[in-house]
Amino acid sequence: MKKGATYFILVLVISLFTLNIYAQRFPAPEFENNHKIPPTQISKAQPAILEYLDIVVFFGVMSLITWVILKKRSRRMVFWISIFSLLYFGFYRKGCICPVGSLQNITMAIFDPHYVIPVTAILFFITPLAFTLLFGRTFCAGVCPLGAIQDLVALRPVSLKPWIRYLLGIIPFIYLGLAVLFAATGTDFIICRYDPFVGFFRHNGTSLMFSIGGILLVTGIFIARPYCRFFCPYGVLLNLVSRVSRRHLTIANGKCINCRLCENSCPFDAIDKPTGLEVKNDNRELVKKLIIYGFITPVLIALTGWTVSRYHGDFAQVNFKVRLAQEVMELKNIESPASLPEEVTAFQSSGTPEEALYKEAQSIIRDFHTGSWIMGGFIGLVLGLTLARLTIYRYRNEYLANKGNCYSCARCIEYCPVKKGD
Amino acid sequence: MDEQKRIKRREFLNKGIRLSIGAGLGVIGVGLITRSASGKAIWQLDPSKCVQCGNCATNCVLQTSAVKCVHVTTMCGYCDLCSGYLRQGAKELNTAAENRLCPTNAIVRTFVEEPYFEYKIVEELCNGCGKCVKNCGSFGNGSLQLQIQQELCLNCNQCAIARACPSQAFSRTDLDTPYLLKGFDELDIGG
Repeated sequence: MKKGATYFILVLVISLFTLNIYAQRFPAPEFENNHKIPPTQISKAQPAILEYLDIVVFFGVMSLITWVILKKRSRRMVFWISIFSLLYFGFYRKGCICPVGSLQNITMAIFDPHYVIPVTAILFFITPLAFTLLFGRTFCAGVCPLGAIQDLVALRPVSLKPWIRYLLGIIPFIYLGLAVLFAATGTDFIICRYDPFVGFFRHNGTSLMFSIGGILLVTGIFIARPYCRFFCPYGVLLNLVSRVSRRHLTIANGKCINCRLCENSCPFDAIDKPTGLEVKNDNRELVKKLIIYGFITPVLIALTGWTVSRYHGDFAQVNFKVRLAQEVMELKNIESPASLPEEVTAFQSSGTPEEALYKEAQSIIRDFHTGSWIMGGFIGLVLGLTLARLTIYRYRNEYLANKGNCYSCARCIEYCPVKKGD
Repeated sequence: MDEQKRIKRREFLNKGIRLSIGAGLGVIGVGLITRSASGKAIWQLDPSKCVQCGNCATNCVLQTSAVKCVHVTTMCGYCDLCSGYLRQGAKELNTAAENRLCPTNAIVRTFVEEPYFEYKIVEELCNGCGKCVKNCGSFGNGSLQLQIQQELCLNCNQCAIARACPSQAFSRTDLDTPYLLKGFDELDIGG
């Protein structure tokens, strides 16, 4: 039976050889000692079961931690859930795919109709945003493995001056802009490329990965969650969405009694203190400011848009096709190049006409031009609004969690003496 | 009274923004899910585009690359003078170290019968450098081909080798076509 099968395969192989476009130089032998041709060693692809399990676990952990934060108000449980997330999504599932990176998949899917996006990427992107819209950033509290690993090392957090926070707080917007620009043009996934902790999760990675991760973890001892606060591009989205969230973690389970016990409890400087005396806003002053910022912001947008668009050529250099087109073009001008780069020889042997490559590269560069204008404008808008926000005065007579910056880690709850609806 | 009015106004505004963000998320979600793939995306390289530059060995996020040489046994000529096994210009046709091409000694050669030899890749040793693939393709049948061994691959969101591949041979594929071995698409190579 088996012998027959082997023979059949051999005949099939030989008949296929005649159809095969690859030259078959040495015909397969017919062994006289009935030697069986061994199977080709290829391992089975891992089934998608784990991916579906991920979605289920992700949904479960998100719901659980939201309930723990808003109803149980227990820091201890948040801590253990974050340990679980770190172990499961981080070390077991190797930190991929995560919601932070999924924003690139979403961007690419929107701009490239040929890219087939996995369902997991969509759900991982939408779920934390939807939860944040309703309950605040409970995802950051203890579901995100990147946040969980930093939360663990935040042992001696120091308070940062507001101007430092505002200044560094602009970095995530720039990072988000770049990530969207590169993903939209199908160039690269920079968030994944510079993911600081995925090397630890895999116990494997480049020295660059480990050094970025190591620096962040050491810094994280004193400046709590440095990646979350000053780099995370997904955190930008969560921050903005969280500001209008339907519900949110509250420090006091009732009315704040201004006891000041929670004042230094937040490692992330996300507790807004009472403003003291209530100052009546001078309406005329407000209108004046409004006019100033109404003028400054568009100017800023135009200025940063123009500035960033100056560099679109450099951004486009990251794209493989653009680089290749340039190399091919440059080598045409040289009479007899000493040695051709690998990608050029590969391109030449592929038989694609040069014009097609140039055309494609040109259209990519055009996309980068438009994209860098938009990205620059976006950064200008952020700068303008950051400036405008500094002047807004809002009266507070109690300690409140800043809905945008608060990670809902629930540390402050432990410090608050107002426990049960007193 | 004035304060209360202001708070009400703010709440109303927040609600409006919240609803529009929610609607936006819904549109993105539904819009993308209709043309999404179930399961997961996996990476594979197309051997017909591969130029065996050696980047697979050095650019994978794993210390030893998930790209391995795959020996398509049905394509092999079982030659004594195997250009994938022996270095070009080897003095003698034997298994002595100085005659072998593979830098990690990952190809095992066993005698079958005169004049045939069988070759096997030791996956643990193979680093995916593609030296044997290049020679087998140039002088032999091309039965040695580089492929991502799916069991080892971590399926990074963005494959680090794909980024460094000079011939852009890497692409996202799905679970139905985990391997893109060239030559005999019709044949079930899986075995």
